[in-house]
Amino acid sequence: MRLSRNAKVSLGVVTALVLLFIYLPLLLVVVNSFNADRTFGWPPRGFTLEWWGRAFDSTGVREAVVSSLWVALVSTIISLVLGTLLALALLRYKFFGRDVISLLVILPIALPGIVTGIALNNMFTTILGVSLSMWTVVIAHATFCMVTVFNNVIARLRRMHGGLEEASADLGAGVFTTFRLVTFPQLRSALLAGGLLAFALSFDEIIVTTFTIGAGDTTLPIWILQNLFRPNQAPVVNVVAVVLIVVSIVPIWLAQRLSGDSVGIGATRVKVTED
Amino acid sequence: MTLQTQHPVPGAPPAAAGVPRPKAHRFSALLHRSPNLRLAGLVTAPAGWLVLVYIAALAALLITAFWTVDTFTGKVSTVWTTENVVTVLTDPVYQRITLRTLWIAIAVTLIDLVLALPMAFFIAKVASPRWQKLLVVAVLMPLWASYLVKAYAWRNVLADGGLLEWLGTPIGLESPGYGETAVILTLAYIWLPFMILPIYAGFDRVPDSLLEASGDLGAKPLTTMRLVMFPLLVPSIIAGTIFTFSLSLGDYITAQIVGGTTQMLGTVVYANVGAANNLPFAAAVSLVPIAIITLYLFIVRRSGALNSL
Repeated sequence: MRLSRNAKVSLGVVTALVLLFIYLPLLLVVVNSFNADRTFGWPPRGFTLEWWGRAFDSTGVREAVVSSLWVALVSTIISLVLGTLLALALLRYKFFGRDVISLLVILPIALPGIVTGIALNNMFTTILGVSLSMWTVVIAHATFCMVTVFNNVIARLRRMHGGLEEASADLGAGVFTTFRLVTFPQLRSALLAGGLLAFALSFDEIIVTTFTIGAGDTTLPIWILQNLFRPNQAPVVNVVAVVLIVVSIVPIWLAQRLSGDSVGIGATRVKVTED
Repeated sequence: MTLQTQHPVPGAPPAAAGVPRPKAHRFSALLHRSPNLRLAGLVTAPAGWLVLVYIAALAALLITAFWTVDTFTGKVSTVWTTENVVTVLTDPVYQRITLRTLWIAIAVTLIDLVLALPMAFFIAKVASPRWQKLLVVAVLMPLWASYLVKAYAWRNVLADGGLLEWLGTPIGLESPGYGETAVILTLAYIWLPFMILPIYAGFDRVPDSLLEASGDLGAKPLTTMRLVMFPLLVPSIIAGTIFTFSLSLGDYITAQIVGGTTQMLGTVVYANVGAANNLPFAAAVSLVPIAIITLYLFIVRRSGALNSL
Protein backbone atom coordinates (compact mmCIF):
# COMPACT_ATOMS: atom_id res chain seq x y z
CA MET A 1 0.00 0.00 0.00
CA ARG A 2 1.57 3.26 -1.09
CA LEU A 3 0.51 6.12 1.12
CA SER A 4 0.93 9.68 -0.03
CA ARG A 5 3.48 11.79 1.80
CA ASN A 6 0.67 13.89 3.20
CA ALA A 7 -1.08 10.84 4.64
CA LYS A 8 2.14 9.67 6.29
CA VAL A 9 2.86 13.08 7.77
CA SER A 10 -0.65 13.51 9.12
CA LEU A 11 -0.54 10.02 10.68
CA GLY A 12 2.77 10.98 12.29
CA VAL A 13 1.25 14.18 13.63
CA VAL A 14 -1.71 12.28 15.09
CA THR A 15 0.70 9.82 16.74
CA ALA A 16 2.73 12.66 18.23
CA LEU A 17 -0.42 14.33 19.54
CA VAL A 18 -1.69 11.13 21.13
CA LEU A 19 1.72 10.60 22.77
CA LEU A 20 1.55 14.15 24.08
CA PHE A 21 -1.93 13.38 25.42
CA ILE A 22 -0.50 10.28 27.14
CA TYR A 23 2.48 11.98 28.74
CA LEU A 24 1.32 15.52 29.48
CA PRO A 25 -0.86 14.75 32.53
CA LEU A 26 1.90 12.63 34.09
CA LEU A 27 4.45 15.38 33.47
CA LEU A 28 2.08 17.84 35.08
CA VAL A 29 2.11 15.80 38.30
CA VAL A 30 5.92 15.79 38.26
CA VAL A 31 6.09 19.55 37.68
CA ASN A 32 3.46 20.23 40.32
CA SER A 33 5.46 18.33 42.93
CA PHE A 34 7.91 21.26 42.67
CA ASN A 35 5.22 23.93 42.25
CA ALA A 36 5.56 26.61 44.93
CA ASP A 37 1.89 27.54 44.68
CA ARG A 38 -0.18 25.22 46.85
CA THR A 39 -3.30 25.54 44.71
CA PHE A 40 -1.35 24.43 41.62
CA GLY A 41 -2.62 27.11 39.31
CA TRP A 42 -1.14 26.89 35.86
CA PRO A 43 1.40 28.12 34.84
CA PRO A 44 3.41 27.69 38.07
CA ARG A 45 4.80 30.91 39.55
CA GLY A 46 7.79 29.40 41.29
CA PHE A 47 9.47 26.17 42.25
CA THR A 48 10.36 24.66 45.59
CA LEU A 49 11.74 21.47 47.12
CA GLU A 50 9.70 21.98 50.29
CA TRP A 51 7.03 19.37 49.45
CA TRP A 52 9.64 16.70 48.82
CA GLY A 53 11.21 17.44 52.18
CA ARG A 54 7.83 17.30 53.86
CA ALA A 55 7.01 13.98 52.23
CA PHE A 56 10.27 12.48 53.47
CA ASP A 57 9.56 13.73 57.00
CA SER A 58 6.00 12.41 57.08
CA THR A 59 5.73 9.25 59.21
CA GLY A 60 2.44 8.38 57.52
CA VAL A 61 4.12 8.34 54.12
CA ARG A 62 7.12 6.39 55.41
CA GLU A 63 4.92 3.71 57.00
CA ALA A 64 2.84 3.46 53.84
CA VAL A 65 6.00 3.00 51.74
CA VAL A 66 7.17 0.16 54.00
CA SER A 67 3.73 -1.53 53.86
CA SER A 68 3.59 -1.21 50.08
CA LEU A 69 7.07 -2.65 49.68
CA TRP A 70 6.23 -5.56 51.98
CA VAL A 71 2.96 -6.36 50.21
CA ALA A 72 4.57 -6.12 46.78
CA LEU A 73 7.52 -8.29 47.80
CA VAL A 74 5.48 -11.09 49.39
CA SER A 75 2.91 -11.18 46.58
CA THR A 76 5.71 -11.21 44.01
CA ILE A 77 7.35 -14.20 45.68
CA ILE A 78 4.07 -16.13 45.80
CA SER A 79 3.22 -15.29 42.20
CA LEU A 80 6.73 -16.25 41.04
CA VAL A 81 6.30 -19.74 42.47
CA LEU A 82 2.70 -20.25 41.35
CA GLY A 83 3.12 -18.61 37.94
CA THR A 84 6.19 -20.70 37.08
CA LEU A 85 4.57 -23.97 38.15
CA LEU A 86 1.49 -23.17 36.11
CA ALA A 87 3.46 -22.19 33.00
CA LEU A 88 5.47 -25.43 33.17
CA ALA A 89 2.30 -27.48 33.61
CA LEU A 90 0.34 -25.81 30.81
CA LEU A 91 3.12 -25.84 28.24
CA ARG A 92 4.64 -29.25 28.88
CA TYR A 93 1.52 -31.35 29.46
CA LYS A 94 -1.82 -31.88 27.81
CA PHE A 95 -4.55 -32.60 30.31
CA PHE A 96 -8.24 -32.25 30.93
CA GLY A 97 -9.17 -28.69 31.93
CA ARG A 98 -6.01 -27.14 30.47
CA ASP A 99 -7.90 -24.54 28.44
CA VAL A 100 -10.08 -23.66 31.41
CA ILE A 101 -7.05 -23.03 33.59
CA SER A 102 -5.34 -20.89 30.95
CA LEU A 103 -8.47 -18.75 30.84
CA LEU A 104 -8.72 -18.75 34.64
CA VAL A 105 -5.28 -17.23 35.06
CA ILE A 106 -6.12 -14.09 33.05
CA LEU A 107 -9.57 -13.71 34.58
CA PRO A 108 -8.41 -11.73 37.66
CA ILE A 109 -7.04 -8.96 35.43
CA ALA A 110 -9.68 -9.22 32.68
CA LEU A 111 -12.60 -8.73 35.05
CA PRO A 112 -12.89 -5.22 36.51
CA GLY A 113 -10.91 -4.79 39.72
CA ILE A 114 -14.07 -4.02 41.62
CA VAL A 115 -15.42 -7.53 40.93
CA THR A 116 -12.22 -9.17 42.18
CA GLY A 117 -12.21 -6.77 45.11
CA ILE A 118 -15.74 -7.29 46.33
CA ALA A 119 -15.61 -11.05 45.66
CA LEU A 120 -12.54 -11.42 47.86
CA ASN A 121 -13.86 -8.99 50.47
CA ASN A 122 -17.07 -10.98 50.67
CA MET A 123 -15.24 -14.28 50.93
CA PHE A 124 -12.91 -13.10 53.67
CA THR A 125 -15.45 -11.26 55.81
CA THR A 126 -18.80 -12.99 55.20
CA ILE A 127 -17.91 -16.54 54.27
CA LEU A 128 -14.67 -17.22 56.13
CA GLY A 129 -15.04 -14.67 58.92
CA VAL A 130 -11.40 -13.59 58.60
CA SER A 131 -10.66 -10.00 59.57
CA LEU A 132 -9.01 -7.96 56.82
CA SER A 133 -5.29 -7.27 57.16
CA MET A 134 -2.12 -6.92 55.12
CA TRP A 135 -2.23 -10.68 54.56
CA THR A 136 -5.61 -10.54 52.84
CA VAL A 137 -4.13 -7.85 50.56
CA VAL A 138 -1.20 -10.17 49.78
CA ILE A 139 -3.55 -13.04 48.88
CA ALA A 140 -5.54 -10.74 46.60
CA HIS A 141 -2.45 -9.29 44.92
CA ALA A 142 -0.80 -12.67 44.39
CA THR A 143 -3.96 -13.81 42.59
CA PHE A 144 -3.75 -11.16 39.88
CA CYS A 145 0.07 -10.86 39.80
CA MET A 146 0.43 -14.52 38.93
CA VAL A 147 -0.48 -13.79 35.32
CA THR A 148 2.53 -11.55 34.64
CA VAL A 149 4.98 -14.24 35.76
CA PHE A 150 2.95 -16.87 33.92
CA ASN A 151 3.03 -14.87 30.67
CA ASN A 152 6.76 -14.24 30.81
CA VAL A 153 7.70 -17.78 31.73
CA ILE A 154 5.43 -19.41 29.16
CA ALA A 155 6.78 -17.11 26.44
CA ARG A 156 10.31 -18.19 27.36
CA LEU A 157 9.41 -21.87 27.58
CA ARG A 158 7.95 -21.71 24.08
CA ARG A 159 11.32 -20.64 22.71
CA MET A 160 13.33 -23.08 24.81
CA HIS A 161 14.65 -26.39 23.57
CA GLY A 162 13.12 -29.35 25.38
CA GLY A 163 16.09 -31.31 24.08
CA LEU A 164 18.43 -29.92 26.72
CA GLU A 165 16.24 -31.20 29.51
CA GLU A 166 15.97 -34.59 27.88
CA ALA A 167 19.74 -34.71 27.52
CA SER A 168 20.08 -33.85 31.18
CA ALA A 169 17.72 -36.65 32.16
CA ASP A 170 19.48 -39.09 29.84
CA LEU A 171 22.75 -38.22 31.52
CA GLY A 172 21.17 -39.26 34.79
CA ALA A 173 20.11 -35.97 36.38
CA GLY A 174 17.01 -36.23 38.54
CA VAL A 175 13.94 -34.08 38.03
CA PHE A 176 15.01 -31.47 40.56
CA THR A 177 18.65 -31.38 39.46
CA THR A 178 17.55 -30.85 35.87
CA PHE A 179 15.31 -28.00 36.93
CA ARG A 180 18.05 -26.40 39.03
CA LEU A 181 20.90 -26.75 36.56
CA VAL A 182 19.20 -26.74 33.16
CA THR A 183 15.70 -25.26 33.20
CA PHE A 184 16.12 -22.53 35.82
CA PRO A 185 19.19 -20.82 34.31
CA GLN A 186 17.31 -20.45 31.02
CA LEU A 187 14.25 -19.09 32.78
CA ARG A 188 16.15 -16.68 35.02
CA SER A 189 15.72 -13.47 33.05
CA ALA A 190 12.07 -14.27 32.27
CA LEU A 191 11.48 -14.81 35.98
CA LEU A 192 13.17 -11.54 36.80
CA ALA A 193 11.08 -9.70 34.22
CA GLY A 194 7.84 -11.33 35.35
CA GLY A 195 8.72 -10.68 38.98
CA LEU A 196 9.46 -7.00 38.33
CA LEU A 197 6.13 -6.60 36.56
CA ALA A 198 4.30 -8.34 39.38
CA PHE A 199 6.05 -6.05 41.83
CA ALA A 200 5.06 -2.93 39.89
CA LEU A 201 1.49 -4.16 39.50
CA SER A 202 1.14 -4.82 43.22
CA PHE A 203 2.97 -1.70 44.41
CA ASP A 204 0.50 0.75 42.93
CA GLU A 205 -2.72 -1.31 42.94
CA ILE A 206 -5.64 0.54 44.46
CA ILE A 207 -9.04 -0.95 43.62
CA VAL A 208 -8.67 -4.50 44.92
CA THR A 209 -6.61 -3.12 47.82
CA THR A 210 -9.39 -0.84 49.07
CA PHE A 211 -11.64 -3.88 49.39
CA THR A 212 -9.17 -6.22 51.06
CA ILE A 213 -7.12 -4.02 53.40
CA GLY A 214 -7.64 -3.88 57.16
CA ALA A 215 -9.04 -0.74 58.78
CA GLY A 216 -5.76 0.53 60.27
CA ASP A 217 -3.44 -0.40 57.42
CA THR A 218 -2.25 1.89 54.64
CA THR A 219 -0.33 1.21 51.47
CA LEU A 220 0.99 4.12 49.43
CA PRO A 221 -1.98 4.26 47.02
CA ILE A 222 -4.38 4.04 49.97
CA TRP A 223 -2.50 6.92 51.59
CA ILE A 224 -2.98 9.00 48.44
CA LEU A 225 -6.69 8.20 48.32
CA GLN A 226 -7.12 9.13 51.98
CA ASN A 227 -5.30 12.45 51.61
CA LEU A 228 -6.45 13.39 48.13
CA PHE A 229 -9.32 15.54 49.28
CA ARG A 230 -7.46 17.27 52.12
CA PRO A 231 -6.26 20.60 50.73
CA ASN A 232 -3.37 20.97 53.19
CA GLN A 233 -1.95 17.58 52.16
CA ALA A 234 -2.25 18.24 48.40
CA PRO A 235 1.44 19.15 47.84
CA VAL A 236 2.64 15.99 49.58
CA VAL A 237 0.14 13.89 47.59
CA ASN A 238 1.81 15.18 44.42
CA VAL A 239 5.23 14.05 45.65
CA VAL A 240 3.91 10.59 46.58
CA ALA A 241 2.25 10.34 43.16
CA VAL A 242 5.61 11.03 41.50
CA VAL A 243 7.23 8.34 43.66
CA LEU A 244 4.50 5.91 42.53
CA ILE A 245 5.11 6.75 38.86
CA VAL A 246 8.84 6.18 39.22
CA VAL A 247 8.52 2.98 41.26
CA SER A 248 6.10 1.50 38.73
CA ILE A 249 7.89 2.61 35.58
CA VAL A 250 11.50 1.74 36.48
CA PRO A 251 10.76 -1.99 36.97
CA ILE A 252 8.88 -2.04 33.65
CA TRP A 253 11.79 -0.45 31.90
CA LEU A 254 14.16 -2.99 33.47
CA ALA A 255 11.84 -5.88 32.64
CA GLN A 256 11.70 -4.63 29.08
CA ARG A 257 15.48 -4.78 28.78
CA LEU A 258 15.69 -8.16 30.49
CA SER A 259 13.02 -10.26 28.91
CA GLY A 260 13.23 -9.60 25.20
CA ASP A 261 9.96 -11.50 25.04
CA SER A 262 7.11 -9.32 25.93
CA VAL A 263 5.96 -6.93 28.53
CA GLY A 264 2.27 -6.76 28.72
CA ILE A 265 -0.78 -8.24 30.22
CA GLY A 266 -3.37 -10.27 28.44
CA ALA A 267 -4.26 -8.57 25.20
CA THR A 268 -1.27 -6.33 25.40
CA ARG A 269 1.29 -9.04 24.93
CA VAL A 270 3.35 -7.35 22.28
CA LYS A 271 6.67 -8.45 21.03
CA VAL A 272 9.04 -5.57 21.36
CA THR A 273 12.58 -6.60 20.62
CA GLU A 274 13.36 -8.81 17.70
CA ASP A 275 16.78 -10.06 18.73
CA MET B 1 29.25 -32.07 37.96
CA THR B 2 28.69 -35.61 39.11
CA LEU B 3 25.20 -36.01 37.80
CA GLN B 4 25.68 -39.52 36.53
CA THR B 5 26.57 -41.02 39.85
CA GLN B 6 23.89 -39.21 41.79
CA HIS B 7 20.85 -40.02 39.73
CA PRO B 8 20.77 -43.37 38.07
CA VAL B 9 18.60 -43.72 34.99
CA PRO B 10 15.49 -45.67 35.93
CA GLY B 11 16.01 -49.33 35.18
CA ALA B 12 19.78 -49.09 35.33
CA PRO B 13 21.48 -50.50 38.40
CA PRO B 14 22.30 -47.91 41.08
CA ALA B 15 25.66 -46.42 40.18
CA ALA B 16 26.92 -46.15 43.70
CA ALA B 17 25.95 -49.63 44.82
CA GLY B 18 25.98 -50.20 48.54
CA VAL B 19 25.41 -46.54 49.41
CA PRO B 20 21.77 -46.11 50.48
CA ARG B 21 20.06 -43.53 48.29
CA PRO B 22 18.68 -40.53 50.14
CA LYS B 23 14.94 -39.98 50.18
CA ALA B 24 15.05 -37.00 47.85
CA HIS B 25 16.65 -39.11 45.15
CA ARG B 26 14.06 -41.81 45.43
CA PHE B 27 11.37 -39.13 45.14
CA SER B 28 13.08 -37.64 42.13
CA ALA B 29 13.26 -41.06 40.47
CA LEU B 30 9.59 -41.62 41.18
CA LEU B 31 8.77 -38.28 39.56
CA HIS B 32 10.91 -39.16 36.59
CA ARG B 33 8.98 -42.37 36.03
CA SER B 34 5.53 -40.87 36.36
CA PRO B 35 4.51 -37.91 34.15
CA ASN B 36 1.12 -37.79 35.88
CA LEU B 37 2.77 -37.29 39.24
CA ARG B 38 4.98 -34.56 37.79
CA LEU B 39 1.94 -32.83 36.32
CA ALA B 40 0.08 -33.10 39.61
CA GLY B 41 3.05 -31.60 41.42
CA LEU B 42 3.15 -28.66 39.01
CA VAL B 43 -0.52 -27.91 38.62
CA THR B 44 -1.96 -28.53 42.09
CA ALA B 45 -0.71 -25.41 43.86
CA PRO B 46 -1.47 -22.74 41.22
CA ALA B 47 -4.75 -24.26 40.00
CA GLY B 48 -5.78 -24.88 43.60
CA TRP B 49 -5.03 -21.25 44.45
CA LEU B 50 -7.03 -19.92 41.49
CA VAL B 51 -9.99 -22.18 42.21
CA LEU B 52 -10.01 -21.91 46.00
CA VAL B 53 -9.30 -18.19 46.17
CA TYR B 54 -10.77 -16.77 43.01
CA ILE B 55 -13.48 -19.06 41.67
CA ALA B 56 -14.74 -19.80 45.17
CA ALA B 57 -14.90 -16.05 45.83
CA LEU B 58 -16.84 -15.39 42.63
CA ALA B 59 -19.25 -18.22 43.45
CA ALA B 60 -19.69 -16.93 46.99
CA LEU B 61 -20.41 -13.47 45.57
CA LEU B 62 -23.22 -14.90 43.47
CA ILE B 63 -24.70 -16.62 46.53
CA THR B 64 -24.33 -13.62 48.82
CA ALA B 65 -26.39 -11.51 46.40
CA PHE B 66 -29.37 -13.63 47.46
CA TRP B 67 -28.84 -13.15 51.19
CA THR B 68 -29.86 -10.24 53.40
CA VAL B 69 -28.47 -8.07 56.16
CA ASP B 70 -29.86 -8.27 59.67
CA THR B 71 -30.96 -4.71 60.35
CA PHE B 72 -30.23 -5.00 64.09
CA THR B 73 -26.78 -6.57 64.15
CA GLY B 74 -25.66 -5.29 60.73
CA LYS B 75 -24.36 -8.77 60.00
CA VAL B 76 -25.08 -10.78 56.87
CA SER B 77 -27.81 -13.33 57.55
CA THR B 78 -28.28 -16.35 55.35
CA VAL B 79 -31.94 -15.84 54.68
CA TRP B 80 -32.65 -16.39 50.98
CA THR B 81 -34.28 -13.55 49.09
CA THR B 82 -34.35 -12.17 45.57
CA GLU B 83 -35.10 -8.69 46.88
CA ASN B 84 -31.61 -7.26 46.25
CA VAL B 85 -31.44 -8.45 42.68
CA VAL B 86 -35.01 -7.35 41.97
CA THR B 87 -34.28 -3.87 43.39
CA VAL B 88 -31.15 -3.48 41.27
CA LEU B 89 -33.02 -4.49 38.13
CA THR B 90 -36.30 -2.61 38.65
CA ASP B 91 -35.59 0.48 40.77
CA PRO B 92 -35.39 3.48 38.36
CA VAL B 93 -32.42 4.87 40.34
CA TYR B 94 -30.31 1.80 39.65
CA GLN B 95 -31.57 1.49 36.10
CA ARG B 96 -30.37 5.04 35.46
CA ILE B 97 -27.00 4.30 37.06
CA THR B 98 -26.64 1.15 34.97
CA LEU B 99 -27.45 3.03 31.76
CA ARG B 100 -25.07 5.86 32.67
CA THR B 101 -22.26 3.38 33.41
CA LEU B 102 -22.92 1.62 30.10
CA TRP B 103 -22.89 4.94 28.25
CA ILE B 104 -19.60 5.94 29.89
CA ALA B 105 -18.01 2.58 29.01
CA ILE B 106 -19.19 2.82 25.39
CA ALA B 107 -18.05 6.43 25.02
CA VAL B 108 -14.62 5.57 26.47
CA THR B 109 -14.30 2.63 24.09
CA LEU B 110 -15.22 4.73 21.05
CA ILE B 111 -12.83 7.56 21.96
CA ASP B 112 -10.00 5.08 22.48
CA LEU B 113 -10.78 3.37 19.20
CA VAL B 114 -10.64 6.66 17.28
CA LEU B 115 -7.33 7.62 18.91
CA ALA B 116 -5.77 4.16 18.75
CA LEU B 117 -6.44 3.24 15.10
CA PRO B 118 -4.33 5.89 13.35
CA MET B 119 -1.58 5.67 15.95
CA ALA B 120 -1.37 1.87 15.84
CA PHE B 121 -1.36 2.00 12.05
CA PHE B 122 1.44 4.54 12.02
CA ILE B 123 3.56 2.49 14.45
CA ALA B 124 3.03 -0.81 12.65
CA LYS B 125 3.12 0.19 9.00
CA VAL B 126 4.67 3.64 8.54
CA ALA B 127 7.36 4.10 11.20
CA SER B 128 10.86 2.73 10.61
CA PRO B 129 11.78 -0.36 12.68
CA ARG B 130 13.84 1.75 15.08
CA TRP B 131 10.99 4.18 15.69
CA GLN B 132 8.58 1.29 15.90
CA LYS B 133 10.44 -0.13 18.90
CA LEU B 134 10.70 3.25 20.59
CA LEU B 135 7.04 4.08 20.07
CA VAL B 136 5.85 0.72 21.43
CA VAL B 137 7.90 1.26 24.57
CA ALA B 138 6.56 4.80 24.83
CA VAL B 139 3.01 3.44 24.82
CA LEU B 140 3.83 0.55 27.15
CA MET B 141 5.46 2.52 29.95
CA PRO B 142 2.47 4.63 30.99
CA LEU B 143 0.25 1.54 30.72
CA TRP B 144 1.98 0.34 33.84
CA ALA B 145 1.99 3.66 35.69
CA SER B 146 -0.42 3.71 38.57
CA TYR B 147 -4.08 3.92 37.69
CA LEU B 148 -4.62 6.07 40.76
CA VAL B 149 -1.89 8.53 39.77
CA LYS B 150 -3.37 8.86 36.28
CA ALA B 151 -6.79 9.67 37.67
CA TYR B 152 -5.14 12.07 40.09
CA ALA B 153 -3.18 13.68 37.25
CA TRP B 154 -6.47 14.43 35.50
CA ARG B 155 -7.81 15.99 38.67
CA ASN B 156 -4.91 18.44 38.30
CA VAL B 157 -5.48 18.91 34.57
CA LEU B 158 -9.19 19.62 34.99
CA ALA B 159 -8.89 21.74 38.14
CA ASP B 160 -10.05 25.34 38.34
CA GLY B 161 -7.18 27.38 36.93
CA GLY B 162 -5.53 24.13 35.84
CA LEU B 163 -3.71 23.18 32.65
CA LEU B 164 -6.80 22.50 30.54
CA GLU B 165 -8.31 25.88 31.32
CA TRP B 166 -4.99 27.56 30.52
CA LEU B 167 -4.72 25.68 27.22
CA GLY B 168 -8.40 26.02 26.33
CA THR B 169 -9.15 29.65 27.12
CA PRO B 170 -7.16 31.14 24.19
CA ILE B 171 -9.05 28.92 21.72
CA GLY B 172 -12.41 29.42 23.41
CA LEU B 173 -12.69 26.01 25.06
CA GLU B 174 -13.81 25.61 28.63
CA SER B 175 -12.62 22.94 31.04
CA PRO B 176 -15.56 20.59 31.68
CA GLY B 177 -14.79 20.64 35.41
CA TYR B 178 -15.49 17.59 37.53
CA GLY B 179 -18.42 15.49 36.32
CA GLU B 180 -19.49 12.87 33.81
CA THR B 181 -17.47 14.35 30.92
CA ALA B 182 -14.41 14.39 33.14
CA VAL B 183 -14.95 10.72 34.00
CA ILE B 184 -15.18 9.79 30.30
CA LEU B 185 -12.06 11.81 29.42
CA THR B 186 -10.05 10.38 32.29
CA LEU B 187 -11.09 6.78 31.69
CA ALA B 188 -10.38 7.15 27.97
CA TYR B 189 -6.94 8.41 28.95
CA ILE B 190 -6.28 5.61 31.43
CA TRP B 191 -7.28 2.72 29.18
CA LEU B 192 -5.91 4.10 25.89
CA PRO B 193 -2.69 1.99 25.91
CA PHE B 194 -4.85 -1.12 26.41
CA MET B 195 -6.49 -0.30 23.08
CA ILE B 196 -3.38 0.80 21.15
CA LEU B 197 -1.28 -2.30 21.86
CA PRO B 198 -3.60 -5.09 20.65
CA ILE B 199 -4.53 -3.06 17.56
CA TYR B 200 -0.85 -2.40 16.86
CA ALA B 201 -0.19 -6.13 17.20
CA GLY B 202 -3.06 -6.75 14.78
CA PHE B 203 -1.70 -4.31 12.16
CA ASP B 204 1.74 -5.80 12.61
CA ARG B 205 0.42 -9.27 11.77
CA VAL B 206 -1.07 -8.13 8.44
CA PRO B 207 1.58 -9.09 5.85
CA ASP B 208 2.86 -6.20 3.74
CA SER B 209 2.72 -8.42 0.65
CA LEU B 210 -1.04 -8.63 0.99
CA LEU B 211 -1.32 -4.85 0.99
CA GLU B 212 1.05 -4.56 -1.95
CA ALA B 213 -0.95 -7.14 -3.89
CA SER B 214 -4.10 -5.16 -3.24
CA GLY B 215 -2.37 -1.99 -4.42
CA ASP B 216 -0.98 -3.70 -7.53
CA LEU B 217 -4.46 -4.87 -8.41
CA GLY B 218 -5.50 -1.24 -8.45
CA ALA B 219 -7.03 -0.67 -5.03
CA LYS B 220 -6.59 2.80 -3.55
CA PRO B 221 -5.16 2.91 -0.01
CA LEU B 222 -8.61 3.50 1.50
CA THR B 223 -10.09 0.55 -0.41
CA THR B 224 -7.21 -1.66 0.70
CA MET B 225 -7.82 -0.58 4.28
CA ARG B 226 -11.51 -1.31 4.06
CA LEU B 227 -11.42 -4.59 2.16
CA VAL B 228 -8.09 -6.16 3.16
CA MET B 229 -6.85 -4.69 6.40
CA PHE B 230 -10.04 -4.13 8.33
CA PRO B 231 -11.42 -7.71 8.17
CA LEU B 232 -8.07 -9.05 9.39
CA LEU B 233 -8.02 -6.49 12.16
CA VAL B 234 -11.45 -7.16 13.64
CA PRO B 235 -10.29 -9.67 16.30
CA SER B 236 -7.61 -7.25 17.55
CA ILE B 237 -10.06 -4.37 17.70
CA ILE B 238 -12.50 -6.46 19.68
CA ALA B 239 -9.71 -7.60 22.01
CA GLY B 240 -8.95 -3.94 22.70
CA THR B 241 -12.60 -3.08 23.30
CA ILE B 242 -12.94 -5.93 25.79
CA PHE B 243 -10.39 -4.21 27.98
CA THR B 244 -11.56 -0.61 27.67
CA PHE B 245 -15.21 -1.60 28.00
CA SER B 246 -14.91 -4.02 30.88
CA LEU B 247 -12.42 -1.94 32.85
CA SER B 248 -14.56 1.20 32.51
CA LEU B 249 -17.68 -0.66 33.50
CA GLY B 250 -16.28 -1.51 36.91
CA ASP B 251 -14.62 1.80 37.69
CA TYR B 252 -15.27 3.72 40.86
CA ILE B 253 -11.99 5.43 41.74
CA THR B 254 -12.03 7.72 38.72
CA ALA B 255 -15.67 8.56 39.39
CA GLN B 256 -14.67 9.45 42.95
CA ILE B 257 -11.69 11.57 41.96
CA VAL B 258 -12.94 13.54 38.94
CA GLY B 259 -16.63 12.62 38.80
CA GLY B 260 -18.02 15.12 41.26
CA THR B 261 -21.39 13.60 42.16
CA THR B 262 -21.47 11.18 39.21
CA GLN B 263 -22.70 7.78 40.34
CA MET B 264 -21.54 4.64 38.56
CA LEU B 265 -22.21 0.98 39.34
CA GLY B 266 -18.81 0.84 40.99
CA THR B 267 -19.50 3.73 43.34
CA VAL B 268 -22.73 2.04 44.45
CA VAL B 269 -20.86 -1.20 45.14
CA TYR B 270 -18.20 0.64 47.10
CA ALA B 271 -20.70 2.64 49.14
CA ASN B 272 -22.54 -0.54 50.09
CA VAL B 273 -19.40 -2.37 51.14
CA GLY B 274 -18.16 0.55 53.19
CA ALA B 275 -20.54 3.12 54.60
CA ALA B 276 -23.88 1.37 54.09
CA ASN B 277 -22.45 -2.00 55.17
CA ASN B 278 -24.77 -4.01 52.97
CA LEU B 279 -22.61 -6.66 51.32
CA PRO B 280 -25.50 -8.65 49.83
CA PHE B 281 -26.74 -5.55 48.03
CA ALA B 282 -23.23 -4.66 46.87
CA ALA B 283 -22.89 -8.21 45.57
CA ALA B 284 -26.20 -7.88 43.70
CA VAL B 285 -25.05 -4.61 42.08
CA SER B 286 -21.70 -6.12 41.08
CA LEU B 287 -23.53 -8.87 39.22
CA VAL B 288 -24.67 -6.25 36.68
CA PRO B 289 -21.19 -5.50 35.23
CA ILE B 290 -20.33 -9.20 35.42
CA ALA B 291 -23.47 -10.06 33.44
CA ILE B 292 -22.84 -7.33 30.85
CA ILE B 293 -19.21 -8.38 30.35
CA THR B 294 -20.15 -12.06 30.10
CA LEU B 295 -22.79 -11.18 27.52
CA TYR B 296 -20.27 -9.09 25.58
CA LEU B 297 -17.69 -11.89 25.65
CA PHE B 298 -20.38 -14.32 24.51
CA ILE B 299 -21.29 -12.10 21.55
CA VAL B 300 -17.70 -11.53 20.40
CA ARG B 301 -16.56 -15.10 21.10
CA ARG B 302 -17.10 -16.14 17.47
CA SER B 303 -14.84 -13.41 16.10
CA GLY B 304 -11.76 -15.15 17.47
CA ALA B 305 -10.96 -12.11 19.60
CA LEU B 306 -10.56 -14.23 22.70
CA ASN B 307 -7.56 -15.93 21.13
CA SER B 308 -5.79 -12.61 20.75
CA LEU B 309 -6.29 -11.77 24.42
